[in-house]
Amino acid sequence: MLLIRCPYCEEERPELEFRNAGEAHIARSTDIAGESDDDFEKFFFIRSNPKGIIYERWRHMHGCARFFNAVRDTVTDKFVMTYKAGEPKPAKLPGVAK
Amino acid sequence: MKKYSVFAIAREAMRGHKGWEEQWSSPEPKKEYDVIIVGAGGHGLATAYYLATVHGITNVAVLEKGWLGGGNTGRNTTIIRSNYLYDESAGIYDHALKLWDGLSQELNYNVMYSARGVMMLAHNVHDIQVLKRHVHANRLNGIDNEWLSPEQAKEFCPPLNISRDARYPVVGAALQRRGGTARHDAVAWGYARGASARGVHIIQNCEVTGVKRAANGAVMGVDTTRGFIGAKKVGVVAAGHSSVIMNMAGVRMPLESYPLQALVSEPVKPVVPCVVMSNTVHAYISQSDKGELVIGAGTDQYVSYSQTGGLHILQHTLDAICEMFPIFTRMKMLRSWGGIVDVTPDRSPILAKTPVPGLYVNCGWGTGGFKATPGSGHVFAHTIARDDPHPINAPFTIERFRTGRLIDEAAAAAVAH
Amino acid sequence: MSGAFRIPRAGRLSQAKTARFSFDGQSYTGIEGDTLASALLANGVHLVGRSFKYHRPRGFLSAGAEEPNALVQIVRDGARKTPNVRATVQELYDGLAANSQNRWPSLSFDVGAVNDLASPMFSAGFYYKTFMWPKAAWKSFYEPKIREAAGLGVSPDKPDPDHYSSRYAHCDVLVLGGGAAGLAAALAAAETGVRVILADEQAEFGGSLRFETGARIDGQDGFAWAQAAIARLSAMDNVRVLPRTTAFGYYAQNFVGLVERVSDHLKAPGHDLPRERLWQVRAKRVVLASGAIERHMVFANNDRPGIMLAGAARTFLNQYGVAVGRNIGVYTANDSAYAAAIDLKKAGVNIAAIVDLRDNPTGPVIDEARALGIEINFGRAVIRAGGKLRVSSMTVQPKNGGGERTISVDAILMSAGWTPSVHLFSQSRGKVAFNDETKRFVPGTYAQDCVSVGACNGTDGLSATVDEAYAAGAKAAKDAGAKTAKGAKPKVDASESWSRGMLGAAPGAGPDTTVKAFVDFQNDVTAKDIRQAVHEGMRSIEHVKRFTTNGMATDQGKTSNMHGLAIAAETLGKPIPEVGLTTFRAPYTPVTFGAIVSHARGPLFDPTRKTATHPWAEAQGAVFEDVGQWKRAWYFPKAGEDMHAAVDRECVAVRTTAGLFDASTLGKIEVVGPDAAKFMELLYTNPWEKLEPGRCRYGIMLREDGFIYDDGVVGRLAPDRFHVTTTTGGAPRVMNHMEDYLQTEFPHLNVWLTSITEQWAVIAVQGPKSRDIIAPLVEGIDMSDEALPHMSVREGKICGVPTRLFRMSFTGERGFEVNVPADYGQAVWEALWAEGQKHGATAYGTESMHVLRAEKGYIIVGQDTDGTVTPNDAGLDWAVGKKKTDFVGIRGMARPDLVAKGRKQLVGLKTKDPKVVLEEGAQIVEDPKQAIPMKMIGHVTSSYWSQNCGRSIALALVAGGRDRMGDTLYVPMPNGVIEVEVTGMVFFDETGGRLNG
Repeated sequence: MLLIRCPYCEEERPELEFRNAGEAHIARSTDIAGESDDDFEKFFFIRSNPKGIIYERWRHMHGCARFFNAVRDTVTDKFVMTYKAGEPKPAKLPGVAK
Repeated sequence: MKKYSVFAIAREAMRGHKGWEEQWSSPEPKKEYDVIIVGAGGHGLATAYYLATVHGITNVAVLEKGWLGGGNTGRNTTIIRSNYLYDESAGIYDHALKLWDGLSQELNYNVMYSARGVMMLAHNVHDIQVLKRHVHANRLNGIDNEWLSPEQAKEFCPPLNISRDARYPVVGAALQRRGGTARHDAVAWGYARGASARGVHIIQNCEVTGVKRAANGAVMGVDTTRGFIGAKKVGVVAAGHSSVIMNMAGVRMPLESYPLQALVSEPVKPVVPCVVMSNTVHAYISQSDKGELVIGAGTDQYVSYSQTGGLHILQHTLDAICEMFPIFTRMKMLRSWGGIVDVTPDRSPILAKTPVPGLYVNCGWGTGGFKATPGSGHVFAHTIARDDPHPINAPFTIERFRTGRLIDEAAAAAVAH
Repeated sequence: MSGAFRIPRAGRLSQAKTARFSFDGQSYTGIEGDTLASALLANGVHLVGRSFKYHRPRGFLSAGAEEPNALVQIVRDGARKTPNVRATVQELYDGLAANSQNRWPSLSFDVGAVNDLASPMFSAGFYYKTFMWPKAAWKSFYEPKIREAAGLGVSPDKPDPDHYSSRYAHCDVLVLGGGAAGLAAALAAAETGVRVILADEQAEFGGSLRFETGARIDGQDGFAWAQAAIARLSAMDNVRVLPRTTAFGYYAQNFVGLVERVSDHLKAPGHDLPRERLWQVRAKRVVLASGAIERHMVFANNDRPGIMLAGAARTFLNQYGVAVGRNIGVYTANDSAYAAAIDLKKAGVNIAAIVDLRDNPTGPVIDEARALGIEINFGRAVIRAGGKLRVSSMTVQPKNGGGERTISVDAILMSAGWTPSVHLFSQSRGKVAFNDETKRFVPGTYAQDCVSVGACNGTDGLSATVDEAYAAGAKAAKDAGAKTAKGAKPKVDASESWSRGMLGAAPGAGPDTTVKAFVDFQNDVTAKDIRQAVHEGMRSIEHVKRFTTNGMATDQGKTSNMHGLAIAAETLGKPIPEVGLTTFRAPYTPVTFGAIVSHARGPLFDPTRKTATHPWAEAQGAVFEDVGQWKRAWYFPKAGEDMHAAVDRECVAVRTTAGLFDASTLGKIEVVGPDAAKFMELLYTNPWEKLEPGRCRYGIMLREDGFIYDDGVVGRLAPDRFHVTTTTGGAPRVMNHMEDYLQTEFPHLNVWLTSITEQWAVIAVQGPKSRDIIAPLVEGIDMSDEALPHMSVREGKICGVPTRLFRMSFTGERGFEVNVPADYGQAVWEALWAEGQKHGATAYGTESMHVLRAEKGYIIVGQDTDGTVTPNDAGLDWAVGKKKTDFVGIRGMARPDLVAKGRKQLVGLKTKDPKVVLEEGAQIVEDPKQAIPMKMIGHVTSSYWSQNCGRSIALALVAGGRDRMGDTLYVPMPNGVIEVEVTGMVFFDETGGRLNG
């Protein structure tokens, strides 16, 4: 069971309080109706599924109920950091090479 | 390939079992092959076997980063069934089921396919509607699947709790008698032996690190930890790592990889005579020939390549098992483990050509790939050999997500694979 | 007398406290504090089990959790039968009854032992090579026979009356293992004041100090020091001490699963005691002090009862006061077995000889043994053991060949050296490293915040162990935030050395032999099986393991893995680290399902949700159905009525007078804020901006892929306030879906979402008399059709409590849904019921609700749709705002296949024979005469007998269905084909006049 830091509650809580909400930083087009089939496929179905650092969304379901973003290594399952929804993808990750 | 039989065993018994051949050889990789298969799991090895036996293509290498059969093939709960709802799914899974029946003889390797019956439980009215929809569709597709009352379900599986007082009582069940289990390692080894005997090179400890493409975009071969290996056709059968390999070729996939756990109990004398699955309480169980209860859990909720999951997932699974079988609380968990399953948005596999000429992919089996092994290998070999899908796998394209022609067993039925 | 082999003055048990027990029906006497193993050995019983494959007689190998052989069935009563209990772990209690397993008819005469005679046929993996002919015989003959022969104990056959409990805990330092290392680490950590949990799998702390007579710490005997240490720790407020507790799994982020055996050692556990307790501990730092496990020697017939690990024999003597024989041989490749010989000799037991593989070892224990007059043979091997049900001799030969000599013995103690227990370290995803000098894997690279100390870290000698452990404990505490350290490091005055040893097959069991020299006892894996696997091309140790099943028994290879690896490496001609270890998988020792499940059984398996009127419905004799976690009243049978009769009556009553229905389980969400309407526009297909306050609209929600996700009636209470209803099952996911979009895609909208499902009880009053029933109880709401038309909502009071009164209908009759605060739900229901009685109203359940809505062609999302259905497919295009430029799903539903011709569309079906009711889920074809596989064009989604229509009715999804009106289609059933006609979806009151009737 993972231990996850909610950036809103500012504390680590057990995974049972959270629900994973898939890959982060996939923005919904403001003109979604005008999108091509290809672009819609990329938006809704294609996922990077990285072996390594993933940017993902979680919801503190049984806590503050907020959605937020996390950076995690999918090989070790270790969290690098978490940050609030709407904040940009971090340019530098603490403690990660490259 | 020397034939296996009881007589061969008797002969070997007299000379201390020293005359057995290697089941598969471990050659050094050549510079170039006609076809490279990435991934020596059951599906990859079966593909190589059928390339050799059906299509006469034997200049084939199967590249494996670890040891053959060491991924999901050797980690799953070995359930075999074909009672899927949609024609497309029923087509491929029943194709596989027909190959299971007779696979031991085909391979001269006892894969212990055991048609002990797969029983799927209904716990509420909605379950009944869903499972009966399957039963009727299967009947008209020529696939056995029958409806049982709770009492009939208990007769078929005596330790099952059908008390009305259960939190979610059993209100019926769908039974596929041809469904069952097989010995997972034997499937990988039998295909490996058969393929190797026909000249296929199985190269273990050889990780693919890149996919090389020519100026015209077509595949030229793969970079590996043992150097570049050329081939004009590359089939990716890398299960949880499919996204990783396909990314090397510049193809982004509609896949996510999740940890999936399973466990076995200590071995006991025969007590569960069939496979029992329940989607509503989320668990499935069978008993191996060795006597262990083999229990499948659900996936963790997050993408991971760690091959481990949380204890709470096993907890939830055993809750469900002990709810269906209250006599098992004194049994003990002997071993638990995790695999990485690659899941598509519609929970159906992709077996198809790709936008890259010469590159083929067989992935997205999610939690249910083992049962398809022979059928998947058979039609994927066809797809590679002919550069054209077999009619059975033709619907399982990558493009279906763009057009919306999904094969959504999960949405349609909410039935676990 | 507690057994002929009990040595007076040896051991730590009080001879006065005897306990009676039985094994295979025979009565014996033991002493409280015994394990079942020590008690049996005290009575001279070595034969306790049969092996898995060859059914060879087996005795005790060990004195602990690594035991592969001595598995028994413990029977407390008819429902408390536990298979595969390790007799070396099970503590004795008065009245304990145990039986041996996997034998028939008896332990000493087992028919299955014929397998041993035929064993040349049953070599590794033989079953992959045979049983294939004739094909049908696998299922009918071979497999059933194999299954009968396999398995060890017998599963319980009754539900378990015991209960289990579960605890979560946090601590700063978790110390796993309570031997010298663990105690020293725990003391160092605890003295800083941080929160410490210390666990050990044994009943008594001390680990190897229990038998290591040569150890002295802080001026006292090692075991006495351990007891003093544990007493000190137990008295500290910041320390929790857990005996009989096994850490079985090390999970991500220092999350450790432990199981405490609470009452299996008690004669009569109180009902308040759980049988076992699961601990799930999150620790800032973990100290692994799990010790080492002794390995056996691999030689011919090394499995005969009476042959055991030297350390085990020493434990039986020094802890339990039991001699495992009277004339004992010792076979070793390291020093530690000498200590066993010395202790036994001093206790008066004859040591026939020590056979030491090493050429000319020197050291104090060797000198001491020699001084005690024990015969020592260097450079020699035991090449086989004699005897069958009990070892009777050992045959000794110079290790490079030469003359044999057979020595009579009644027990053989063996030690090939000690394997560090890196299981938990490895589970934490640490990487082990091979120490070529000491030939063992030790912790290498760490992946989590833990540290290994003592024997599990490959640290030799008590002094070095205690130093290392104390320092590690202090550092762990500091890293976990401890400020100050006080206390003094324990001082080791004397210790023993156990280093070195050998791996793999001993002389006489080499590649040129065909003897049965066991590597894995329980699974009957011999050295030659492992070699055969390699010869057959198994080059990965994982293949060797799976092909031979080495290390896959209930002991998970604790004694066998290293030997197996060494034999495989030798056969491959590769160094051991290149062959590599198999994965260490949780659990460390088998864990009871019940402990993991804990209280989540029966009613606590999943929460049960009940509506406010549940007690009323129950009192009325309602039958309930499970809908998600809810219990919903399904139908209300009167005396003598079956379900059909009850439903027919309920349905007719609703359309003639009125019916009351509890609709409280429908999800309810309040959408509030200045941008509420904008938000609704984005989340639902319908237009909302122009919906007037006080009016309602049927809304459809899609997923982004364009398929129907949920539906429900939405009332606009005010310009900035919507009362949204959802399906019963969909409530949580709709809320999540809404929150997701609000928080992440449309955060600019000023909207608040509140789940109000539990806050409002909902009583549907439907039927021509519904207004007459409600009106007398309502205050402040004009109930006239003009003031309160169909699809409108008003706030006011009913029975004096606040209500949101919806005029809406899911039956096609004039109807209302009365929302009242849930606490008043039953009171208002009863008031409405009393009014209803004046008009002949009935209560109806979910089944009648389904029939009534189907008569009107109202769909149920999840039944008539299934996640692949678009609004157009469901005939709901009218509910999609044509002028809207954005809503969730607008793009998805425009994808090529979702607008293609021939999609399945929802239609009505009427059977040609009105009495025939179709089966839900039945498939529809155009041509019933076609061969299987048939081309199916759709399926029946809803189907009922409609008493109001006087016939059966059905809804179905049919390919191109709306172009088939009036066509005849076919539903092939096992007992014949049913003809159906495609119709519209409304079967009753097509004009809808009754909504105002």
